[in-house]
Amino acid sequence: MQGNSASAADGSLRKPGGQCYDDRMSPNSSTSATSHAPDAAGRFGPFGGRYVPETLTYALEQLTAEYDRAIQDPDFHAELESLFKHYVGRPSPLYHAERLSQHCGGAQIWLKREDLNHTGAHKINNTLGQALLTRRMGKTRVIAETGAGQHGVATATACARFGIPCVVYMGEEDIRRQAPNVFSMKLLGAEVRSVTSGSRTLRDAINEAMRDWMSSVETTHYILGSVVGPHPFPRIVRDFQSVIGREARRQSLEQIGRLPELVVACVGGGSNAAGMFYPFIDDQAVELVGVEAGGRGGKPGEHAASLTYGQPGVLHGSFSYVMQDEDGQTCDVHSISAGLDYPGVGPEHSYWKASGRVKYTYCGDADALKGFDALARNEGILPALESSHAISKAMELAAARRPEEAIVVCLSGRGDKDAAEIARLRNEK
Amino acid sequence: MSEIDALFKTLRAQGRKAFIPFVTAGDPDLDFTAAVLQELGQRGCSLCEIGVPYSDPIADGPVIQASYTRALEHKVKLHDILTMTRRVRAQSETPLVTMVSYAIVYRHGLEAFVTEAKASGIAGAIVPDLLVEESAALAEVCRRLDFSLIQLVTPTTPRERAVRIAEASTGFLYYVSVAGITGERRELPPQLLENVAWLRQQTDLPICIGFGVSQPEHVAQLAPVADGVIVGSAIVRRMAEAAVKPRAQVLADVGAYVESLIAALPGAAAKA
Repeated sequence: MQGNSASAADGSLRKPGGQCYDDRMSPNSSTSATSHAPDAAGRFGPFGGRYVPETLTYALEQLTAEYDRAIQDPDFHAELESLFKHYVGRPSPLYHAERLSQHCGGAQIWLKREDLNHTGAHKINNTLGQALLTRRMGKTRVIAETGAGQHGVATATACARFGIPCVVYMGEEDIRRQAPNVFSMKLLGAEVRSVTSGSRTLRDAINEAMRDWMSSVETTHYILGSVVGPHPFPRIVRDFQSVIGREARRQSLEQIGRLPELVVACVGGGSNAAGMFYPFIDDQAVELVGVEAGGRGGKPGEHAASLTYGQPGVLHGSFSYVMQDEDGQTCDVHSISAGLDYPGVGPEHSYWKASGRVKYTYCGDADALKGFDALARNEGILPALESSHAISKAMELAAARRPEEAIVVCLSGRGDKDAAEIARLRNEK
Repeated sequence: MSEIDALFKTLRAQGRKAFIPFVTAGDPDLDFTAAVLQELGQRGCSLCEIGVPYSDPIADGPVIQASYTRALEHKVKLHDILTMTRRVRAQSETPLVTMVSYAIVYRHGLEAFVTEAKASGIAGAIVPDLLVEESAALAEVCRRLDFSLIQLVTPTTPRERAVRIAEASTGFLYYVSVAGITGERRELPPQLLENVAWLRQQTDLPICIGFGVSQPEHVAQLAPVADGVIVGSAIVRRMAEAAVKPRAQVLADVGAYVESLIAALPGAAAKA
């Protein structure tokens, strides 16, 4: 037996011996990404789909149907827009980071300030949307997973706002390194359940949330926090997060006077990047760059860069790039940032990678910390460690470009939650 | 006709029901798994289900999850599991099916997986994370290689969908007794018998009931409406004792436990 391999060069996927066993999983090499994905089966090209136990089909079908109804309903949009404006504080600013741009000595860096949202990150865009869906479906309980704790806090917040009981699953290791967010969740009335199985990080938190949902599907909605998981989650989360890219696109036209040359976002599961990139997908002139967690190095277990080092496979209900061993077991991964510490990635990112529409690269732990410092010292902004990966890569790309060019970076979250962990890491040295 | 089809044909002709134990492969090692499979066959199990350990088993409760984690800590590989089943089947008539995640099947290649599994004495697969909508490609390979692809119906499956799943399933239909993960339950849901009786009217395929089944009373209650019962966590929990007790004793305990369940099947006395 041998593994399946993917050829990034022509964007096609090949099976052993060149034979295709599942046509839907083997795209023609000439795919070009459009904004008209996924299809009705939740496929982004060959990626996505639904690989879950039969027990969950009922809830996924119910969610798909309710979402389709909701997006036809003007009242749903009006309520979400009102919440975005008056509760989250949208639109978030597009800020010209002039001193950081001067520091890099190249292109102009603009920051899409999702860190200024209520709860301090982009995650609230999705949780409010899904809380509205929860209410529409008549479900009375919410569960969620969280890595860095940002999605957990955003879910706890939305649930408090709508009066829905909420349980958040979080890996034991993440509870340790993101303590401030754990405390916030509890203050917001959520129950935080520590996950001690496997690697005790985001991946295991998703497993536990899925197991809870298996037994509670009839009364409980699972607010998944990223563009991962079975259909329809990758689509729903992308759509709710697309407010980031829609605003950034409009603000670029208003403030820069044109679309930017380049848009950069960090990618763990990939929700802020999907929301940022999606409204730009059909703007072929705009280069899109996703930045994965390069961790400590390129060996298995040292990073969390599935699109860079992984290959197509199945994890958490979806067919996408994943870090697996030759037997199909999910690998342990590493990132300094809990929010990027995940062995898979959303299927739409795999689709964008295979088609070449988005370029994916990575930034290591040490460079992410340099990005953190540079933004703190030059602009007086503490970025989340996740977002620091995008900042660092954008600084590198800016330095190689002309000052007339513009780079928009998604500053997906604020860094207060990371201050203690960064201090701890510096003391260790 | 796969080995599973032949088995149920025989059982039905004799008016008997199948008892199907589930064991995790490689917990604590494959030699012990082989010994347990021999024991289960000798005690009168009709068919054994081999769980291939997976790192992210979202349908499994704590007992099977923990057994998978232990097996993977000992670096058990699919190839080694199949080598073990080949060895067991050389001395045992009891058919085997495997419970395996689609992540593993896909990674090995669908055709390669089915070919190797079949050559290793495995007659079919239950792929718990492969929904009927996504199963066409694997079903095609299984059909061509005469390998059963056993699909699952659950309490949350709408009735027309259940019919569609029954039509796509081969070997038998796995009826999941509870909406939830694997693991022992004190009581089974009250509407279970009614649901299975309804399903019985929709298909000629053998129906076996699993998830939550652990006591002789459950077996006696379910067997009349089904073609077989499946017991997993209660056996895996007993097998886990091999870490701290003499293996011969664990084997005897598992054997005695399984025998107590088999004795609750209708027609069990006639067979003995």
